Amino acid sequence: MNDKRKPSRVLKRSSKPPARRGRTRRDVSLPQVFQTWFKTRGWTPRPHQLALLKKARARTSTLLIAPTGAGKTLAGFLPSLVELSQRTPEDVKGSGLHTLYISPLKALAVDIARNLGTPIAEMGLDIVAETRTGDTPASRRARQRSRPPSILLTTPEQVALLLAHPDAGFLFADLKTVILDELHALCGSKRGDLLSLDLARLRSLAPDLVALGLSATVARPSELRAYLTGQHKPDARLELADLVVAAGGAEPQIEILELETPVPWSGHTTRYAMTAVYDAIAQHRLTLVFVNTRMQAELVFQELWRINEGNLRIALHHGSLDVGQRRKVEAAMAAGRLDAVVATSTLDLGIDWGDIDLVINVGAPKGASRLAQRIGRANHRLDEPSHALLVPSNRFEVLECRAALDAARAGEQDVVLARTGGLDVLAQHVLGMACQAPFAPDDLYREVRSASPYSALKRETFDRLLSFVSTGGYALAAYERFAKLRPTGDGRWRIANGRVAQAYRLNVGTIVESPLITVRLVGRGRTPRAGKTGRPGGERPLMGGRVLGEVDEDFIDQLSPGQTFVFAGEIVRFEGLRDTEAFVSRATATDAMIPSYPGGKFPLSTHLAKRVRAMLHDRRAWADLPLPVAEWLGLQDLHSLIPSPDEVLVETFPRGSRHYLVAYPFEGRLAHQTLGMLLTRRLERAGARPLGFVANDYGLAVWGLGELSQMIEAGKLSLDQLFEQDMLGDDLEAWLAESSLMKRTFRMCAVIAGLIERRHPGHRKSGRQVTMSTDLIYDVLRKFEPGHVLLEAAWADAASGLLDIARLGAFLQRVRGHIVHRSLGGVSPLSVPILLEIGREPAGQAGREDILRDAAEALIREATEGPARD
Amino acid sequence: MPGVAARNASADAFGRQPIVIGSETLIADLSGALYWPARQILIVADLHFEKGSSYARHGQFLPPYDTRDTLQRLAALLKRYNDARTLIALGDSLHDRSAHQRLAPDDLAMLRELQAVCDWIWVCGNHDPVVDISLGGRVTDIVEIGGLVLRHAPSPERDFYEIAGHLHPAARIVQHGCSIRRPCFVGDRSRLVLPAFGAYTGGLNVLDPAFLPLWTEEAGFSVWMLGQDGVYPVPVAMLRED
Repeated sequence: MNDKRKPSRVLKRSSKPPARRGRTRRDVSLPQVFQTWFKTRGWTPRPHQLALLKKARARTSTLLIAPTGAGKTLAGFLPSLVELSQRTPEDVKGSGLHTLYISPLKALAVDIARNLGTPIAEMGLDIVAETRTGDTPASRRARQRSRPPSILLTTPEQVALLLAHPDAGFLFADLKTVILDELHALCGSKRGDLLSLDLARLRSLAPDLVALGLSATVARPSELRAYLTGQHKPDARLELADLVVAAGGAEPQIEILELETPVPWSGHTTRYAMTAVYDAIAQHRLTLVFVNTRMQAELVFQELWRINEGNLRIALHHGSLDVGQRRKVEAAMAAGRLDAVVATSTLDLGIDWGDIDLVINVGAPKGASRLAQRIGRANHRLDEPSHALLVPSNRFEVLECRAALDAARAGEQDVVLARTGGLDVLAQHVLGMACQAPFAPDDLYREVRSASPYSALKRETFDRLLSFVSTGGYALAAYERFAKLRPTGDGRWRIANGRVAQAYRLNVGTIVESPLITVRLVGRGRTPRAGKTGRPGGERPLMGGRVLGEVDEDFIDQLSPGQTFVFAGEIVRFEGLRDTEAFVSRATATDAMIPSYPGGKFPLSTHLAKRVRAMLHDRRAWADLPLPVAEWLGLQDLHSLIPSPDEVLVETFPRGSRHYLVAYPFEGRLAHQTLGMLLTRRLERAGARPLGFVANDYGLAVWGLGELSQMIEAGKLSLDQLFEQDMLGDDLEAWLAESSLMKRTFRMCAVIAGLIERRHPGHRKSGRQVTMSTDLIYDVLRKFEPGHVLLEAAWADAASGLLDIARLGAFLQRVRGHIVHRSLGGVSPLSVPILLEIGREPAGQAGREDILRDAAEALIREATEGPARD
Repeated sequence: MPGVAARNASADAFGRQPIVIGSETLIADLSGALYWPARQILIVADLHFEKGSSYARHGQFLPPYDTRDTLQRLAALLKRYNDARTLIALGDSLHDRSAHQRLAPDDLAMLRELQAVCDWIWVCGNHDPVVDISLGGRVTDIVEIGGLVLRHAPSPERDFYEIAGHLHPAARIVQHGCSIRRPCFVGDRSRLVLPAFGAYTGGLNVLDPAFLPLWTEEAGFSVWMLGQDGVYPVPVAMLRED
């Protein structure tokens, strides 16, 4: 076990001698003190580090794409360190803030700041670098506004807050460089939207500003390049920042785990492979076991410890765990005190936590870029290959792992980062800008469009949004007298009063968490009474024990006191709920539930889906698959059909008293769920009497009482019509009215846009109340003003997010005239994994009326047959 | 996630539920209103007109259509119960004391139209201890009729039969891993509390201590939850706290 503490990130990135030592050359552009420093360290600046220095000197915004271990961070800071080392007092005209470093993670900013201190100290540079996060004391934050450091390391939310302050002009007057770290992780999200708007404002305040973006390899660098630079003529041309690409590292060595035990038909537990995973951990120094969901993390962690005969030090890390607990695990990793960590995407991002020599990806990779990122976690040394092991949990995932492996070998990426900026984010930004200073709508509109996510924004939409920010933007002008923005008389707008700015500051940011319940460990019996009519906590005041973390409210809702579940790697017994805290005690149970967390599952990427479809059709590729999987596909070929890549297969067959329709679009779980909902509605209308449906990443099954095969053969049901694109019109509209996903999306938009305040000065609104009121608001708004700008924002979100309508639409268009149908006597081999999902997960939203009906019928039975006695 | 296809609304088995208070039989409607056939009286509680604009005063611009929505649902109700002669609004009809000044002219006109159809009685509540004369109708603190007392907040005494609002009762049940929380009627043989009728009104769980003083230990209480298609009497043993 390696017990040596790893060198810091900035230093370590260069600590290996460069790959091509023979070509070492002295670079004259680097000041002497820097050259000496590199020399005493025994290093030579890397070509991309010097290239970035040159670009910054030429005042050209640039995107640096470099693999992990290439010294990306030092490359980003080098231009600023050089400039600052040569800056004279005369150069300072405003606050003196020279460089803004923005990272997606607070922890990353803190980590980088610490490591940046080393070169500054060793070269004896007179440069102050400080962090600013939500944890920074108020007094220091105030001082940072009047007397800022030369380099400020912070997060997008903090930048938004600084820009909304009346001092912003003074603060950013000397700003020369903005460094955007892990840009691929920020772009393509609402946080990225907010940051793009802030960048646009920074460019207005400091026209000489250079933006340096640091990113891992991405599918389309031009998306990030456009993001980094101002779009000054958005209608005429796309402007791009320059690009520097660092030489790639060694090819990763990736394997797919193959065992004697055949891969299961379905499921996500991966239990069959745990011994092999354990053995791999035992053979490596530090293994990172990535899973896709927190639920899987808990499960895999439990399984590994169950078989942990060698007493390996295996830890757990996921987003619901208490922050303190996570920090402990991270520190232990860095110190080499662990053998393995089971983690979700919380460990996907840049921080260097230790000498990882193996990455195991349990479950489906879901996307080529995602897998590449995870594999990159192993080994931060550029010239050594990373080792990775892919562990599929079921047969479809074998295909997906194979596709991901092929994509990784081909160096392909698939994450699409370009997106149309959210209107809810823009609403928040507009208010922030008004808090800073009165603005002229024409100027702000121009500035907003210079941010690439908003370059297609229509003036009409912008004006509606202004009206929304000012008075709610309703056709019924009821709130003029409460307006937040008021005209100044010279065509500009200002905030109505100081309270507006105060409320803005409390609501800034784009992360809206679903209502979470704190899980607190208490002794058994020292818990609030949670009887049916009990007064919670009525018996005695309860002193809370240790906080284990947070869990989704929906999960706690399903629990009764006494039930056990797995959390933070422990089995706990649910004792009761008080306010927003769930009290649990330690327990032993063999059948403990595992919380599921919504939103944790990424759908299969379009790119991998395409590869899987091609692989399915290519019979020669089957030879590379494990035998049971190849046999499975052979059987499908024999009994039903293997569709060609541009076709979609639809099978119908009877089973028991039900009739099934199974389709295989390979478009990801979200799009399939939406499709399932819509098909069900259409089948209902066609008289096929559907009863339910189930979807996974690869396909979906609808079942019902109508004889589907016969209906199709008799011409009573047309598959072409069933899959007609117009289902995205009225049917979708009708379903959305009741969709909980849509209401959830609306709530997020409403909070971000400032319709609902997430916090009032003085008290924090609990998630429960928010959920309640936004559903009612959604219903009323939809009924009276379906064209409202906030519904438009929510719709756009749902289309690209939880409902994946964009992808479903592309699928429906792609398969027009390419639907192949097989009417079978029974279950087909390919359908088995999908059918096995039935009953695994709770019933969806549409069944709620049935539940009420069942409850009422239970009461009637009780009344007519007498009460049941225990 | 498997979905369940929406079942066609069944033949109104739960559409209207009879509830007996004292010797009177009342009908619980799925809108949350209560109808008293013998007296041809419709009763609704907690309309909270202009709650949206009340929030707007504090910078949250909720859609300003809550009053209109509530009025439209009242209109639909009066159409369905077209033999109703009287409508009684059981207090908290206006969200705050200046709400009547913020009523949109169209909404006021609509209210007047409804008042032309039936006799309209405002019972005062804590949000609206006075009801402005401009709103028409008759104003009172309490209505006593046919052996029943109708008032805004349920009283702690139990020596009469009572119909009230104020508490915004809601109930939650969990089945098949699915949690459902809905407004509800809650009562025993001598007292009934109506759910809130207003568009932006939330609900208080009937297991909350605030409801405890209303029931006796022996007799307990009953709950009728509002669904999409009907009013569902639900076993109290199935109820859950929030």
